[in-house]
Amino acid sequence: MAMSYDRAITVFSPDGHLFQVDYAQEAVKKGSTAVGVRGKNVVVLGVEKKIVAKLQEDRTVRKICSLDDNVFMAFAGLTADARIIVNRARVECQSHRLTVEDPATVEYITRYISSIKQRYTQSNGRRPFGISSLIVGFDFDGTPHLYQTDPSGTYHAWKANAIGRSAKTVREFLEKNYKEDMESDTDTIKLAIRALLEVVQSGGKNIELAIMKRDESMKMLAQEEIEEYVTAIETEKQKKT
Amino acid sequence: MALASVLQSESVDFSNYGRQRRGFASGLTETELGLESVGGDSLSFALRTSCSNGDGPDRKIEFLHGTTTLAFKFQHGVIVAVDSRATAGSYIASQTVKKVIEINPYLLGTMAGGAADCSFWERLLARQCRVYELRNKERISVAAASKLLANMVYQYKGMGLSMGTMVCGWDKTGPGLYYVDSEGNRVCGDLFAVGSGSMYAYGIVDSGLKQKDLTVEEACDLGRRAIYQATYRDAYSGGQVNLYHVHSEGWTRVSQSDVLMLHQQYQAEKA
Repeated sequence: MAMSYDRAITVFSPDGHLFQVDYAQEAVKKGSTAVGVRGKNVVVLGVEKKIVAKLQEDRTVRKICSLDDNVFMAFAGLTADARIIVNRARVECQSHRLTVEDPATVEYITRYISSIKQRYTQSNGRRPFGISSLIVGFDFDGTPHLYQTDPSGTYHAWKANAIGRSAKTVREFLEKNYKEDMESDTDTIKLAIRALLEVVQSGGKNIELAIMKRDESMKMLAQEEIEEYVTAIETEKQKKT
Repeated sequence: MALASVLQSESVDFSNYGRQRRGFASGLTETELGLESVGGDSLSFALRTSCSNGDGPDRKIEFLHGTTTLAFKFQHGVIVAVDSRATAGSYIASQTVKKVIEINPYLLGTMAGGAADCSFWERLLARQCRVYELRNKERISVAAASKLLANMVYQYKGMGLSMGTMVCGWDKTGPGLYYVDSEGNRVCGDLFAVGSGSMYAYGIVDSGLKQKDLTVEEACDLGRRAIYQATYRDAYSGGQVNLYHVHSEGWTRVSQSDVLMLHQQYQAEKA
């Protein structure tokens, strides 16, 4: 029964599904995990680095992209689709600055990305974008935000979330360990790393992390810094057990 | 304004292009000095030589270039003061024109140039501002509102729009004042006066703004005085002085004073 309703995207199935959108969400579930945590003074995005082939340059795989000075995002799903979304969002951030003479708020750019995604769920002959994204940043009044968008074009604000492979496990971990008003930046960063370590094989080497503190630009943590956090986490774990 | 619609010229006349441009762009430096009635084109500094009582196709009626509107920022917000006279050549078409357009409860726009152009585009701006407010759940900034207006009219640049307006308001960065015209100019500033009587108004405001911290009362008096002086010397300004004060809660209509009453009042004070 399902087969006949997924040929054209614009068609609803009898039970109210848009199958193409559901299938797009399946594609997202196959992507590598991404985690986002919103702290009081810092926002953190971490992604699982896929194991690269021996001859492949490590640096060319970048899953965390900055959209403007105050906003950056990570995604899970089809990398090529993400590239298009990121490009359009970057242009829109600048257009917003031009017309309104103010940097775009995180919510605005999330809304923009979501409306692009929604448009593709209602067009003839096109397929939806196969990505979910985590968009974080600070508004110009200093409030931190974390938003998640999905292929259907909906978006929600989160305190901490995960997308991609094993997102469910990571989210459960976050629910258990997230504390309101985490004052310390280190705690926020550690939470993100711990969440990723749950699902990533072989520890810190396969984690990529980006942080942004209020009124500062995005900073990608170097491998050594990540290793430091990982060792600190291990020691804490030892202490507990 | 009925006369205006009757005498309105229908299209941009490119034979007068150079002269016309100067008229629109230099809203800030216009000095009519009653030269309209001179029909000849020989006077190069007469900016509206073509629009007298003649019936030729190169006649352009810009009523509200004969006007005085001014706005200035001070400690407690923005004062907006305008006259209310509309002229068609040397005929006074109306003494009771509303030259301040209330875009929304915290944004005002003044009118100079073509009345239809000003009111139409500013109403369109009001619509845009409201949509912005609904979409983004916060008030639009004065900078953004003036940018939207400037971008809207820029698309019609060269097609005969005539508009010289000041967008005044209060947003989260404090008082905001922008001058926007149909040429595509958009300038932020602390003080603007637009129209034929602007020179006289500038004189009064420049000397009155010497003290840094004016009270609301003093600032209103200054604005009123400036417009009055402009109407005293400029034939194309008169009627009433409409005064508005923009503050953090929005704008308030402070007063509407007949210029002749003000004249009596100031004369009495002198004695």
